[in-house]
Amino acid sequence: MKYILMMNTPRGTGDYEINNWSPEDFKNHIAFLHRYNSELKEAGEWVGAEGLAPPSEARLVRARKDGTPATDGVFPESKEFLAGYWIIDVDSPERAYELAAKASAAPGPGDTPLNMAIEVRPIMSGPLPTEG
Amino acid sequence: MTETSVAKNLLRDLAPQVLGVIARKHGDFAAAEDAVQEALIAASVQWPAAGIPANPKGWLYQVAIRKLTDYARSEAARRKREENAAAEMFRGDPFVPPRDSEIGIDEDDTLVLLFMCCHPALTSSSAIALTLRALGGLTTAEIGSAFLVPEATMAQRISRAKLNIKSSNIPFSMPTDAEKAGRLSAVLHVLYLIFNEGYTTSNGSELNRPDLSNEAIRLTRSVRQLLPGNAEVAGLLALMLLTDARRTARIGEFGELIPLDEQNRELWDRKLIAEGIAIVSGALSSGAIGSYQIQAAIAAVHDEAGRVEDTDWSQIATLYGLLERESDNSMVSLNKAIAVAMVSGPMAGLELIDKLDSDPRIGGHYRLDAVRGHLFEKAGDHAGAVKHYRAAAERTRSAPERDYLQARAARLTP
Repeated sequence: MKYILMMNTPRGTGDYEINNWSPEDFKNHIAFLHRYNSELKEAGEWVGAEGLAPPSEARLVRARKDGTPATDGVFPESKEFLAGYWIIDVDSPERAYELAAKASAAPGPGDTPLNMAIEVRPIMSGPLPTEG
Repeated sequence: MTETSVAKNLLRDLAPQVLGVIARKHGDFAAAEDAVQEALIAASVQWPAAGIPANPKGWLYQVAIRKLTDYARSEAARRKREENAAAEMFRGDPFVPPRDSEIGIDEDDTLVLLFMCCHPALTSSSAIALTLRALGGLTTAEIGSAFLVPEATMAQRISRAKLNIKSSNIPFSMPTDAEKAGRLSAVLHVLYLIFNEGYTTSNGSELNRPDLSNEAIRLTRSVRQLLPGNAEVAGLLALMLLTDARRTARIGEFGELIPLDEQNRELWDRKLIAEGIAIVSGALSSGAIGSYQIQAAIAAVHDEAGRVEDTDWSQIATLYGLLERESDNSMVSLNKAIAVAMVSGPMAGLELIDKLDSDPRIGGHYRLDAVRGHLFEKAGDHAGAVKHYRAAAERTRSAPERDYLQARAARLTP
């Protein structure tokens, strides 16, 4: 079953706080993510993952009456911001939670686990044949 | 059929036979599987262009053996740093594929292969991947695309499965008589999961995506040829055919789910139904009753009804009662409640469902609410029906099912 793991980080100043970390802490964090990704691949659970550009690059788009895009330069207030996501294919929800917890404990400044919120959502699929 | 698809079908039929004999002779299943996969890829390129060889089985066998030998030689060469000497050994090796009688194909090899790929020591996702590749003759890319995961991920699952087989010292041999029933049920479960996967991913029509339901049916047919007397194998095949017969009627124009009682029965595949009914009748009369046969019998009762109101619900309720005793599965109890409601009225069904609330395996499951929605609707309690339809729609993981439940609720909202 497929799940999306969404990495929610505090919005902060509109840019990623990680940019203000010491080079050492930054390197540790990135190295952790690399390891995490290769472990997912080795386990045959990897479907895909992307990191998203910082909140300052985000635009809210709505269609005007004529259908042309109206972009909103100012991002609305929100405490947390989606920094990136993984899509995994695992045998059980427990395994998805286990992997999310692992990502949540990614190292932050001073090698302290960040324990950030990882939102885990099942990806929809079709119903079973026996159910219709 | 085009030359390419003739070659492809032939390859997929021959793949497990050739792999079986090589794995038995060579002993190293993982290496044999890689070699046969390479031979299949070579054949899928050469055969459509140059024509199918006179003895295709011998051709595949010979190429796979060569790949194995190449592999062993290059390993040895690396170890001994004798690359030049090894390269010398290849020259002048004539390519003469052996005749079938010389290869020593044994039907049991395919069965052993199946037991191995579906070994209980493997997780179901890796058993599925390995079965499709080793027995189904699908490429890793095809399996990846069938499950909508990257090819590299599927390759990793397959190699982990093979590593697991190696490290668990699972031998390439027939299970003992004592083990056989348990091991066969693991095989049937994997085939059943492949069939289900074909259904759950059937929305949208991605190009080049192999049809997993057809593949499961094909594999189950071949198991039935190997074990013609086994009633559960027959039961599973019948269940697949009788379910698959409704495939076109089950999904609407926009990918929406059409439930059994609203399907256009004209669209059901009569040929598949006739075949499924013949198989399950034969299996049931053999005496031994198992859960696949009972499920097939239930599917047969549905398929036999030309109109929904002709459905023999009391027979279905009895069959679910049997299945309940056979499998102790709470989803079965829920289905029985539906059948009972059809025979004795919605209140009788709702009473049975209330009992399931305290069952930790199913209590709180959205299906309870979905069924309650239907039964309240039948009982004329529209407010109750809407409440339960919505509760179910909020929790299902299936997009077509969510849409269906919401539409159902909307229809009853004043």
